Amino acid sequence: MLRYLAGRFAQALVVLWAAYTVAFVILHVLPSDPVTLQLSASGADIGTLTPAQLHLLEARYGLDDSILVQYFRALGGALHGDFGMSLTQNVSVSSLIADKLPDTLLLSAVAIPITLLFGVGIAFLAIYVQWRPARVLLARLPAVGVSLPQFFVGLLLIQVFAFSLSWLPATGNSGADSLVLPAVTMALPGGAMLAQLLTRSLADTWGEPYILTARAKGLSRWATQLRHALRNASLPALTLLGVIVGYTVTNAVVVEAVFSRNGIGQLAQQAVLGQDVPVVQAIVLIGAVLFVSVNLLVDLLYSLLDPRVASAARVA
Amino acid sequence: MPDNLASADLMAPDLLDPPAGRAAGASGDAPAAGDVTEAGEAAAHGPSSAPGGESEAGEPWADGRWAAWRRRWHGAAATLTPLLRRPGFVLAVLFVAFVILSGLVPSWFSSYSPSATSPTDKLRGPSTSHLFGTDELGRDLFSRILHGSTLTIKATSGAVLIAVVAGLAIGVIAGFFGGWVDVLLMRIVDVLLAIPILLMALTIVTALGFGLLPMAIAVSVGITPGFARTTRAEVLRVREQAYVEAARTGGASWSRVMLRHVLPNSWGPVAVLTVLDFGAAVLLISALSFLGFGTPPPAAEWGTLISNGRNYLVTSPWLSLLPGLFVGLVVFSLNHIARTLEEAQR
Repeated sequence: MLRYLAGRFAQALVVLWAAYTVAFVILHVLPSDPVTLQLSASGADIGTLTPAQLHLLEARYGLDDSILVQYFRALGGALHGDFGMSLTQNVSVSSLIADKLPDTLLLSAVAIPITLLFGVGIAFLAIYVQWRPARVLLARLPAVGVSLPQFFVGLLLIQVFAFSLSWLPATGNSGADSLVLPAVTMALPGGAMLAQLLTRSLADTWGEPYILTARAKGLSRWATQLRHALRNASLPALTLLGVIVGYTVTNAVVVEAVFSRNGIGQLAQQAVLGQDVPVVQAIVLIGAVLFVSVNLLVDLLYSLLDPRVASAARVA
Repeated sequence: MPDNLASADLMAPDLLDPPAGRAAGASGDAPAAGDVTEAGEAAAHGPSSAPGGESEAGEPWADGRWAAWRRRWHGAAATLTPLLRRPGFVLAVLFVAFVILSGLVPSWFSSYSPSATSPTDKLRGPSTSHLFGTDELGRDLFSRILHGSTLTIKATSGAVLIAVVAGLAIGVIAGFFGGWVDVLLMRIVDVLLAIPILLMALTIVTALGFGLLPMAIAVSVGITPGFARTTRAEVLRVREQAYVEAARTGGASWSRVMLRHVLPNSWGPVAVLTVLDFGAAVLLISALSFLGFGTPPPAAEWGTLISNGRNYLVTSPWLSLLPGLFVGLVVFSLNHIARTLEEAQR
């Protein structure tokens, strides 16, 4: 078991390093020059600068070194939590991120229970309900949820609940009620995906002999589904939940743009608009760290929940 | 040559059965596996030309080819007919066809120019003269959506095309050669999969700049790993089939086996994934243009239209919501088509 853990951990580290490197290569080797990017982003014309001034700028951001030197310096810095200076805002990238990350994590912490509620609730009812039209409707609903663009859902919610009904604020970071609409928007696609997967695996589980046994012993449909079917059907859903949680940063980009919320997603949008290379690089790394560590956690949970995985690992 | 064809037909039932349905699917419009016996005959002409000489192309050959085409057509028709009996599927196909057609020739469906302003008609709600209403400059929103389709379709099909070609190439090479090539390629794919798609897209857009082409490239890099994975899995399955062994024993070269036998028969699940990823690409590209990374104004993709409409959400909600609903319908239709095809394939 220990060897399995160590192996998975080492694998996760390698993936992280590789993800960082891929992002670095894309951002630095592709035909784009950070100084030009920064100047054009701030509206200045590169032609107005003397070569000496350009050189000074390059030296300031360490861009006059060879690409390999830059890479190792950046990698070393990233290992210490130092991502360099932002090109557009005159602060360090790590302080920017430390400033924005808590808001996004809070939003995600509210959104994930809602995702679970949507996903498990709809799937459970879609299998439990026996009235055919309701069953069909519940089974089809997730497909709609998966197809609707997140920004459309967000704007629709704003229009209905903020502007028409004035129940909740449309934008901003102030107070708990400003979290509701963004969290629901963020939860919708994930919840719909979860519902699709869970509906399918619940339907499969209903065909298992142990369900028949439980029913034959006189357990009600509700109790059978809750105690026997759901538990066994939820293993594949756990993997998907891991992916959804791992995509927090990605989801936040669109949601925070729609609701004009502070957070890492908004930072990402601004960084791309300003072509702020160090910030983008850092956000990619954070997104990958989140994704990889959540998936590592899910793998470990799997071996706890499903003895077959653990024993397979022991044999291997 | 006719002899050759006949012998191939005799061989067909035992050697060529498994690939047959899929080959017909790949060549016909529907990638679904159909009636195996019928399609089996249809596909027989493919492998049959392998052992025979290819230099002679006389009249009988053309005859045989014509017959093969006819049988293939029947095979495709046999797989399509049950699909046509599903109203949801037909509706989805019709809607997607309408969107593509209206994107290619917007002037057929709307008489307004997308950039013609009309100060007296600004911010009008949907009516018979302006189907989707007008925006803050009095431009017809329906016409702007249709012209936006042109851009979105270009970006989406570009992205999916690049992803299919690259994904197929990576998947086929990895699955076919195996060994260290496979390990290396799949590790790269794993890493790409560990970077969330939108973040990968943002990285590429940062490096390449804004506009249609960078968005298309960004999205294609994001969805390529999925194609590579699926193709590899299929190739691994097909590689072990008896007909591949038979072709190798018959003296066909690796490249020929790969192009004529492995690739066509691994194509089915990839085709479903293609339709599915069209939907994903539409969502991603409209998200990117919503965030402001698309083409500069006055041209506007769907995402840009939705984003612009936000400023008038209180007074004129249709400006954002109608284009948003349109995007949702397109993606829903594509997903529905993909799911129906997947079910038909099982």
